[in-house]
Formats: sequence, C-alpha cells, structure tokens
Amino acid sequence: MIEKINKAFESRVRLGAMSVLMVNDWMDFNSLKSLLDVTDGNLSSHITALEKLDYIEIRKEFVGKRPKTSYRVTQLGRKAFQDHLKALENLLSGLQ
Amino acid sequence: MDNNKHFEQLAEIRSLMEKSSRFISLSGLSGILAGTYALIGAFIARKHIKNSENYLEFIEGYSSIYRTDLTDYQFFIALGFGVMALSLITGFILTRRRARDVQQKIWDKAAWRMLINMAIPMAAGGMFCAILLHHGYIGMVAPATLLFYGLALLNGSKYTLDTIRHLGIAEIALGLIAAFDIGNGLFYWAAGFGVLHILYGARMWWKFERK
Repeated sequence: MIEKINKAFESRVRLGAMSVLMVNDWMDFNSLKSLLDVTDGNLSSHITALEKLDYIEIRKEFVGKRPKTSYRVTQLGRKAFQDHLKALENLLSGLQ
Repeated sequence: MDNNKHFEQLAEIRSLMEKSSRFISLSGLSGILAGTYALIGAFIARKHIKNSENYLEFIEGYSSIYRTDLTDYQFFIALGFGVMALSLITGFILTRRRARDVQQKIWDKAAWRMLINMAIPMAAGGMFCAILLHHGYIGMVAPATLLFYGLALLNGSKYTLDTIRHLGIAEIALGLIAAFDIGNGLFYWAAGFGVLHILYGARMWWKFERK
C-alpha cells in the first residue's frame, strides 16, 4: 500500500516543528521558535493543531518564576511523520 | 506539478533535523590556528627543557615534585594555559562568524549538549593529570591528556560534525602509543594538539567552509 501524503504536514511550520521534534526529546517553545524563525502566534497555532491530532504532547513547568512549555512527539506522531516521509520518497522515486 | 514542493519539503526536513540536533558551525579554520599555536608552544617548551637543570627527569619521565624546583612546572602550566586560552578565543571568534554563515545560533541546545558532553571527560582527565603530577609520574601526563582529550571529542562528536569523531579516535590512538614511549611526551603533544588539529581542521575547512 502506498502511504498518503499527510495533510497535517502541508504547512511549513508544522512540518518544521515535527522535523525538529523527531530528533530532539522535549524541545521548549522558544528554541523551537528561533529554529523555525516564526512568530509566537504563528507557532502556537500550529502547535495547537499538532496537539489536537495527538501528534505531540505538552509539558508545562516553571523555571524560577517563568513558565516554560516543552513539546515531544508521541508514538502516533512519529508514525504519522514517518509515513509522510515514505509517501514523499515514493512520490519522488516513482518519477525517475 | 507538486514535485518541486515535495523536494523542498524533504530538503527542509533534513536541514532542520541537522540544525536542531547538531552543532554544525564549528570552524575548521580555528582548528588549523589552534594547531599552529600548539606547535609554537611545543617549540618554546622544547627550548626551555633543553636549558633546564631537570633535563634528565623529563627524559626519564619520573620525578618527585617535592624535590625538584617548581619553577619548571609553573612555566609549563602557564605556557599550556596560554596556548589553550589563545585557541579558545580564536575558536570562539571564528565559530561565531561561521554560525552566522550557516544561520545557526552560536549558543543553542546543540552547542550546549556538545560542550557538556566534552566537559565531563575533560574535567576527569584534568583531575587525573593533577593526580599523576602529585605522584610524580610526569611521563604519563602527556599520554593521559591525549587520551582524555580524544575521549572528550568522541563523546562530544555525537552533537557535531563527524570529523570531530575521527579526530577523537586519532587522539586516543596517539595517546596509547605515547603511553609506551615515555619521555617523548612533548613530541606526542605537538603531534596530537598541533599536527592532528591542523590536519583535521584543514579537512573540515575543505569539506564545509571552502567557497
């Protein structure tokens, strides 16, 4: 069966956030923001979308007095991203 | 029709995975310069040893520091720190410049992870060398520094360029050889911190920085 391109990863920000989280365990909001080079609002709306799909989980904690939010991919998210990658590769290799 | 978009997606995924998990801005040029400083330092040290009254002890690689004149050690420690400080400053400046080129922050998670993983074996090595000196085993200091430095590089290499891993393995091998050939510590120091840094720095520069 050929994997389908996942619509959830069509946005550049969501794709980027997932790429970063695939290779990092618990990444905080600000690190993610600076890596992806996006605004707070933009990132948080895409993060919420990924969270609603259960692709990522959220951890909130306090560092001193400041709240810190970190993210991690779930099993489901990992699987979905890998399938998406395979789908991309299949599409591209089919063309050659 | 969507092919370009898919290619771009794959490229972007790859680049973000790399950028977020590895510190890729390490400058090869700084390796070349650090190696050069080390060679100059080794040259100065060699001159100093030749003129020293304790020449025989350096050759035999064993001494009791309770007995010998401490000024030699102070001189070598000062020289060592001088070379190290100069290398670190050069490394920092060049790496910052390189970070700008590859659009990575110099101080991000990957850099932090690399440094922490290098610092642990380095600190252990530093203490171990102090203990060796305390017991008067000066001949084992050079092999030990090379070994621990190699292990530190190997450990830090998980979070940076692969070339660092190869440099680490080379330093470990050199350290083991040096451990057999006691009395030629300075030669191995010059080879490990001088020649190897220049060689691998040049390789990194050739692979990543050449324009």
